[in-house]
Amino acid sequence: MTTASATGGDQRLRSVSPLRLFLSRPEFGAIVGAIIVFLIFAVLSVARGDVGKGFLSIQGAASYLEIAAQVGILGAAVSLLMIAGEFDLSVGSMIGASGLLLGLLIVQYGVPPTIAIVLTFAFALAVGAFNGWLRIKTGLPSFIVTLGMLLILRGAGIGFTRAITSNTIVSGVNANTANDPIVKLFTASVTIGGGEFKVVLLWWIVAVVVATWVLTRTRFGNWIFAVGGGEQAARYVGVPVHRVKVILFMTTAASAALLACIQVLSFGSADVLRGTNKEFEAIITAVVGGTLLTGGYGSALGSAFGAFILGTTQLGINFVGINSDWYQVVLGAVLLLAVLANTYLLRRASGSR
Amino acid sequence: MKLRNTIGALGAVLIVASACNSTASPAASGGGGGADRSGILIEVVTHGQASDPFWSIFKNGVDAAGKDMGVKVEYSAPDTFDMPKMAALIDAAVAKKPAGLVVSIPDATALGPSIQKAVAAGIPVISANSGSDAYASLGVLTHVGQDETIAGKKAGELMKAAGVTNALCINQEVGNAGLDARCKGFTDGLGGTVKVVQVDLKDPTGAQQSISAAVQGTTGVNGILALGPTGATPTIAAIKQLNLNASIKLATFDLSKDVLNSIKAGDMLFAIDQQQFLQGYLPVVFLTYDKLYGLVPGGGQPVLTGPGIVDKTNVDTVLANTGTTR
Repeated sequence: MTTASATGGDQRLRSVSPLRLFLSRPEFGAIVGAIIVFLIFAVLSVARGDVGKGFLSIQGAASYLEIAAQVGILGAAVSLLMIAGEFDLSVGSMIGASGLLLGLLIVQYGVPPTIAIVLTFAFALAVGAFNGWLRIKTGLPSFIVTLGMLLILRGAGIGFTRAITSNTIVSGVNANTANDPIVKLFTASVTIGGGEFKVVLLWWIVAVVVATWVLTRTRFGNWIFAVGGGEQAARYVGVPVHRVKVILFMTTAASAALLACIQVLSFGSADVLRGTNKEFEAIITAVVGGTLLTGGYGSALGSAFGAFILGTTQLGINFVGINSDWYQVVLGAVLLLAVLANTYLLRRASGSR
Repeated sequence: MKLRNTIGALGAVLIVASACNSTASPAASGGGGGADRSGILIEVVTHGQASDPFWSIFKNGVDAAGKDMGVKVEYSAPDTFDMPKMAALIDAAVAKKPAGLVVSIPDATALGPSIQKAVAAGIPVISANSGSDAYASLGVLTHVGQDETIAGKKAGELMKAAGVTNALCINQEVGNAGLDARCKGFTDGLGGTVKVVQVDLKDPTGAQQSISAAVQGTTGVNGILALGPTGATPTIAAIKQLNLNASIKLATFDLSKDVLNSIKAGDMLFAIDQQQFLQGYLPVVFLTYDKLYGLVPGGGQPVLTGPGIVDKTNVDTVLANTGTTR
């Protein structure tokens, strides 16, 4: 936090300027990164004469914000879990599995949408609780436990769907849900200036605000930091370590189920490959947002800027016409640079050498 | 100082990457006619992952048409088989206000709204490769591709004629309705037993072992149909390893060097070629002439590029053009 020079007085009471406080926030690097990435694509768009269309249009913004929102919902939950020192690699598969469950319940078994949504969340929460329980009971790293769950969920999704429908896509979901008011919560959209902004953006904002509030304003938030900073120490001071972890695993699973509901209900179909690689995108989002892989430090707000960087880069590459053969090279380079800039700024701003 | 270097490097990467753009407008405009075509932008959005050799031929077709027509083409595809992301890519392509849009439609329910948005915005759309069952209802001008059920049925009939009764269908892209239709058509055409085996197209070794295990675990298999080269290559390897070339007939959808060499060597019976170079090429041509002269293929019927059959009789011609147009 500060240099160790003894200048007298109590360091804890030392006044810190608001600017310095902002600069030392974990999300500061991500905010700077987001601005830089946006400016680069904006400049490249102007250079190709795309003003008022493509990247620099309202419709363009709606499309990259949608990509950002989808991964951002996961990122908010995953960053909380990572601050507590754990990973969840099963979120990507969970999107596929819970989406298929929702689709099958509605299309194949004629379950009313609201009940199908409730059952889908119940399924996800149960799997999340099982992940947490297994992690604690066995003491195995969550990386391994959830890697197993990644495969189980992906495989079960393919197995059950093919066994039930002899197909790998469940479509026609929207035929049964179009006028359901609860479904509107997941599918609504508003058109502003020619761009269609989907309700997923609102869910993203809600997820980030709630996660940030929990993390910075509640006792549970302090527990999360304590568990990630030092599990044994946290236990000694009375933090219910197991309960915190199980709840966080349930949260990441629920965030995947939420995204699955949004995708399936608004795109009208579920397929067995939905959510592939989303677990890595969620981790990238959290890390670019300033959350440490080792736990104990991070920010849910930062994950929002991490998601923004991911979304703008993914679509920005297409907007400015970079040959798609080079897509992953550019994406990887931008992410590495964002993390490097983040780390550098953080070290500088927090005054440590 | 260090920060400035970081930013500079970031900019440099992007500038280098955009300089690598192979779709920059060509110097000479071909195809005759005096109109300046360099301002015409055709957007192409497919579900084809860049690592799949099949899609690199499709993209060659797109690039060649761009060059021949003297128009600008920009190609994009999601990095995994991810329909919501592909829908966003279509939205992004529409936001660039192109003169025309080419899309593949592996999942009409998921992509339909985005395609309809493009149509509503007055952008002519042509579907290519996947989407023969959906293009008409979405307001798409025409579809350029292969009817997967018809092609699958053809494969089944050819296999049946070769004496196959009990077959495996190797699916390397689970979730793609077009591939499901091939397996279904194959089952109908064969009139025998067909078991579907799923393999991971990113992991050839794992795929080979899965196929090998499926052959050994299913009694009486005498034919295998792969749904693409990424499934065919490990299938050929698995059958060679098990030394079952004599008793199991192999065939595949789509071509690769491996597939063609196997046909030439007699290890593989035939390949169904959907001639995807044309699927990339023709839509760009159609959309360019639509923009310039309002010329559109009529009747709303699909333009079929397959099934073409490659077997021992014509394999040499095909081999000579492998990697560019076949």
